[in-house]
Amino acid sequence: MGRLYGMRGWIILGAGAFSAFVVFPFFNLVVPAGHALHLSNFWVTLAGKIMCYAIVAVALDLVWGYAGILSLGHGLFFALGGYAMGMYLMRQIGREGQYQSELPDFMVFLDWKEFPWQWWMTDHFWWAAALIVLVPGVLAFVFGFFAFRSRVKGVYFSIITQALTFAAMLLFFRNNTGFGGNNGFTDFKRIIGFAITTPQTRMALFAITAFTLLATLLLARWVVTSKFGRVLAAIRDAETRVMFCGYDPVHYKVAVFTASAVLCGIAGALYVPQVGIINPGEMSPANSIEIAIWVAVGGRGTLVGPLLGAGLVNGAKSYFTQAFPEYWLYFLGLIFILVTLFLPRGVLGLLSRK
Amino acid sequence: MFSGGTRAAAAIVSAALFLFCAPAALALDRAAVESLAFGEGDERLAAIAALVAEGDPKALVVLKALAQGEMQTSGKRVFIVRGDKAVDPFTGAESALPADREDVVANNRLRATVADALAVLNLFSPERAARLASARVLAEGADAALYPLIEKALSKEKDAEIRGLLEITAAGMQLKAESRDVRLAAIRTLGRTSNPNSKTLLLELVADADPDIRREARMSLDAVEKRLAWGEWLGLAFAGISLGSILLLAALGLAITYGLMGVINMAHGELIMIGAYATYVVQNAFRGSALFDWYLAAAVPAAFIVSGLVGIALERTVIRWLYGRPLETLLATWGLSLILIQTVRTLFGAQNVQVENPSFMSGGIQVLSNVVLPWSRIYIVLFVALVLVGMWLLLSRTRLGLFIRGVTQNRAMASCVGVPTSRVDMWAFGLGSGIAGLAGCALSQLGNVGPELGQGYIVDSFLVVVFGGVGQLAGTVYAALVLGFANKLLESWSGAVLAKIAVLVFIIVFIQRRPQGLFALRGRVTD
Repeated sequence: MGRLYGMRGWIILGAGAFSAFVVFPFFNLVVPAGHALHLSNFWVTLAGKIMCYAIVAVALDLVWGYAGILSLGHGLFFALGGYAMGMYLMRQIGREGQYQSELPDFMVFLDWKEFPWQWWMTDHFWWAAALIVLVPGVLAFVFGFFAFRSRVKGVYFSIITQALTFAAMLLFFRNNTGFGGNNGFTDFKRIIGFAITTPQTRMALFAITAFTLLATLLLARWVVTSKFGRVLAAIRDAETRVMFCGYDPVHYKVAVFTASAVLCGIAGALYVPQVGIINPGEMSPANSIEIAIWVAVGGRGTLVGPLLGAGLVNGAKSYFTQAFPEYWLYFLGLIFILVTLFLPRGVLGLLSRK
Repeated sequence: MFSGGTRAAAAIVSAALFLFCAPAALALDRAAVESLAFGEGDERLAAIAALVAEGDPKALVVLKALAQGEMQTSGKRVFIVRGDKAVDPFTGAESALPADREDVVANNRLRATVADALAVLNLFSPERAARLASARVLAEGADAALYPLIEKALSKEKDAEIRGLLEITAAGMQLKAESRDVRLAAIRTLGRTSNPNSKTLLLELVADADPDIRREARMSLDAVEKRLAWGEWLGLAFAGISLGSILLLAALGLAITYGLMGVINMAHGELIMIGAYATYVVQNAFRGSALFDWYLAAAVPAAFIVSGLVGIALERTVIRWLYGRPLETLLATWGLSLILIQTVRTLFGAQNVQVENPSFMSGGIQVLSNVVLPWSRIYIVLFVALVLVGMWLLLSRTRLGLFIRGVTQNRAMASCVGVPTSRVDMWAFGLGSGIAGLAGCALSQLGNVGPELGQGYIVDSFLVVVFGGVGQLAGTVYAALVLGFANKLLESWSGAVLAKIAVLVFIIVFIQRRPQGLFALRGRVTD
């Protein structure tokens, strides 16, 4: 335990866990609605959504902060996890859709008579759960293996991951791909038998997300403090020398890239039932670049920083897009510029300046 | 649409033949016009025939008004609407529009007959353009009963192009003739054309009862198909060159800023967008003036200068602090691109703006009957070639070009021999941005101009530069053309979106096999 965090770190984590598992449920469920201290579902959903983003930010920090690989395709893995979960949620709607058919509404609309092959077994939760892990994992493994074996790195890697997510977005926009085209999936009714909009289900999803975030943080911390993590950092700082020492960087990079993609997939799967929609817009290159800025704002290579960064940027986004929608892009653009110019170590670097 | 009824067509023929035999100038037939306006069904078709027979130019005016829905009635009065005036078709007198007016309704059959009648009448017009247009309409397929008129027009026609079209029309009509020799001759005539309609006509005859007809039709069909296939290939090749040239123009600026200077400029697309908006502003300044067709002459330098200045401003304020840190540059320039998009949105609105082509860029040249090359695309290909030559001259023949190459190859050494590297960076970045502005000016002539215009090109242009090999202008040119062709070729059998995906996946795989791009610079540098 001492290897992961010091006393102060554990106390902060404990406080986070306490607020997620006790404070939030108490003020949302126990304190009656209408009471001044009642925490509305809006805030629970918003906090849950931001925690999903935080998982993605921590996952990206693993590859960018520690292995020096800036992936601009992490939004794709997030969306794939979301789509896997979305398929299951669509099957859970059953015959309650607008057309009262076994098939989702968009398939009825396209005049399809049966589920295409991609939807095989998606009415079973365990299979959906497997897809959530396997699809991003396998894609990242194959893509990473070939890219790292050919020693594609730096900006080249960023650009081809961006091309990958762009290609996937185009693919998912097509109706014939079988995932609802432009509109994606929405109008979910229930998850594993529970109605999806009740406060209890929402709180359960929130708690699961909080747990996943904490687990991700501890796991990532455990990875980067292990020998494996040391080698990763060495690869980031001097890849050639690591090779000359007899390590094969490819294995390390592929492993961390795949693990990071799986974490993103899980985050996406938690995101979809809380937000209630998934569409190909999640795969747009712009979304993936935004993930990088969460990491940069918080301070890369710190794990906790990106978590903070995701919270700050998305908190600001929720506020700005409500209060001054026309200024949000100026603000986001300025964050990008100012952080890279003046805060290379992020907010965390600012706090711990010695 | 020209199935106006054989009987009506026959009536037109007889009427028109009468007209050309007896050119007696009669007054416009009031009964015919009234039955056209108030009659029913066949009565109206007969009225059209009667009007054709009139030979009065006023009849042509009446038929045109009917075709364009400008004919109205009020009580028993028939008139033609011209702006806010009612024109009497018989006297030409103008009066105010009556309040209780009603449209003369024309059903599809009537419209088709009117169109045929107008086309036939126009075949005898003294103006070549009018005759050509009619011949084109009739060549698309016309009622066989019109044959005698076509023959008559052919006997008088001198112009080769119109004759050609009329011969196709005549041959198409004669395919169903009684005499076998006439039919064979018609099939041979069609075999010499390269018109998709000939193919349709011949396809029907391949299964004819007569073996000679079958054989002849098969031979002619093969000839036509071969020529059509040539046309398709030609069209495809041109589409490939056109797309390739656009990709090249979009990527050329990036080849300087990224390829030569190593700056990842994610705001490159926005510099393209700014060039397009500069064109829009210049176009607005020229609107309504007699020189509107020449606005591009001002817009091209304006786009170059505006985008170039914005680029220099970005370089001086943000990018120069980040040289040597490519990933940070990427994020900072992405931030710049967001700010530029929002600024343009604030200034010009989130909606697309309209950039009009000058008149010499609209339309196209018809190379084969199934290939039309749009002028706008032809000019853009030429424009890209000019820009390319200009850039090559600048890089290889001027002092700035020498400095840019020197700084690219060895910054420290260039600095040692007195090259002001920082200022060279600035000018090189301005040059790359200015070329992005030129790309925007060209793109504004092809499609919509909106704040998100640049976003669509950024991934493409980076891929072109990376595919061609960083630091290589020649590589960029080949890469753009190869990708343009590949995209269009795939598009022709898999649809646009799948083609795009296939090209992206191809580049991803290609870069993994050959990370240095198509053409690698030989060097001994390692990192």
